[in-house]
Amino acid sequence: MFQPELEAMDRERLDELQSERLRETLRRVYLNVPLYRTKFDEAGFDAESVRSLADLRHVPFTVKDDLRSAYPYGMFAVPMRDVVRVHASSGTTGQITVVGYTAGDIERWSDLMARTLASAGATADDIIQVAYGYGLFTGGLGVHYGSERLGATTIPISGGNTRRQIQVMQDFGVTLLAATPSYALLLGETALEMGVDVRDLPLRAGVFGAEPWSENMRVQLEELLGISAIDIYGLSEVLGPGVAAECASKHGLHVNEDHFIIEIVDPETLLPVPDGEYGEVVFTTITKEAIPVIRYRTRDISRIVPGTCTCGRTFRRMERISGRTDDMLIVRGVNVFPSQIEQVLTGIPGVAPHYQVVLTKRGVMDHVEVHVEVGPDFAFDEIKALERLQRHVRGEIASALAISIDVKLVEPKSIQRSEGKAKRVVDLRDEGGA
Amino acid sequence: MIRQLSVFLENNPGRLAELCRVLGDAEVNMRALMVADTAEYGVVRVICDTPVRAQEVLEGAGFGVSVTEVIAVEVPDRPGGLAHVLELLGEDGLNVEYAYCFVEPSGTGAIDIFRVEDPERASRALDAGGIRVLGAADLYRADA
Repeated sequence: MFQPELEAMDRERLDELQSERLRETLRRVYLNVPLYRTKFDEAGFDAESVRSLADLRHVPFTVKDDLRSAYPYGMFAVPMRDVVRVHASSGTTGQITVVGYTAGDIERWSDLMARTLASAGATADDIIQVAYGYGLFTGGLGVHYGSERLGATTIPISGGNTRRQIQVMQDFGVTLLAATPSYALLLGETALEMGVDVRDLPLRAGVFGAEPWSENMRVQLEELLGISAIDIYGLSEVLGPGVAAECASKHGLHVNEDHFIIEIVDPETLLPVPDGEYGEVVFTTITKEAIPVIRYRTRDISRIVPGTCTCGRTFRRMERISGRTDDMLIVRGVNVFPSQIEQVLTGIPGVAPHYQVVLTKRGVMDHVEVHVEVGPDFAFDEIKALERLQRHVRGEIASALAISIDVKLVEPKSIQRSEGKAKRVVDLRDEGGA
Repeated sequence: MIRQLSVFLENNPGRLAELCRVLGDAEVNMRALMVADTAEYGVVRVICDTPVRAQEVLEGAGFGVSVTEVIAVEVPDRPGGLAHVLELLGEDGLNVEYAYCFVEPSGTGAIDIFRVEDPERASRALDAGGIRVLGAADLYRADA
């Protein structure tokens, strides 16, 4: 651990620290950020009324559109002379959102990124190749400052020029790679084309984030690169990388709770759900100076992993991101994320991870039928083996989604493939079809 | 041992015709065909000439195909002919998963296809009981 006195702090002390920092943050944003002042006033929320963390549920939410409408500096809580850096994220709508950092913010960010790298096993002896993009994107510089804070040798190669990346990895004795998981995969494949087996190099770990990835991808990366692959999480609106990271046990990402309060809320009712249940991840920053965000709705879907971790960190863990609220379905009042189905299917031999969810009405009830492709290698000679497979898939999906569903086995490769966003859901509920 | 192709088909009109068309266009001649069905899908079992090539063309056309080893015997065309064969298997503790039969115009009896869990052992049991177990060359042009 980079800061064991904080990362393994007593939960009671953490609660006190969080409520104290929350009160201070709420007071500060109310005074300095017109958008929050208006939001709080309109909701009849008194920033001074917060006594404990339990009061957080009364605070209004912040959404991406708030940051867009405040473009460029409208949500800054400090004068520009105190802002030493800005980053920006490009939105799909074309409107970018700008975030700022004070010198103090950069200090804390460096510590948090040093924690992240240390939790992937890095020390001052490591040589870290930072293949995240440098620039307005927070990834490159975020990891860079953390790597230097840790005392590791930092290679600021940025993204791109893939063949040269392999050359550098080989010649500079790189031991840890920081990149998006998809770029790490491309690096591994390019290395093979160049006749370089990365598994023979000193590289032993990777920190991957900035896009959602799966357990299967982890297995693939670990085999291809001969490394331990660690999932890291962050978003520029909250900080950038350094919000949460896996430890060596790879069972959820420890949220840096001394700097961020995490909540999981039901995306429909916006009420907090108990630990262990899935919902939308909401963050409140409690140490950010330049641009604090209050109950920021990330649209990412996850849950708190119940229980304590064997690594000694007391910070709670969020599960790897399983989807986006934009993809959520509501079936018989239960929130269902198609990505949960994919997760189940990748774990079942005999079926392909391609599926389609068909929603219809049976009377007044929603009915869900999941079409699942039989794997091309499944020996489907016997009906009873197919029926067994169908029952197994139905049971696994139903238990993951907590609703009953039907499974229809369909022919291999019969579900339409898409190069972009796959059409996973066919909703016929409004058409009365069965 | 006989190579039988098992093809997974959804219950959609015309799908079985498509399968037969693909084999026909590739000049693959079918010797026997049996459909096992459920409400939503079926498994089509095919004995045909050049099974390796048949599998290739079917997979190329997007069908899911798996190869199953089955045993074939010539059963005398008289009452109790099949019963005798099945008794030999039963006495040896072999369970028959499914069976179907067809008649070869050139032969003297019917040909029965059996799917059992242990085809090697079944062949031995039948041999010992004086039943001729057919080889691939007896039924089709083996291409592998």
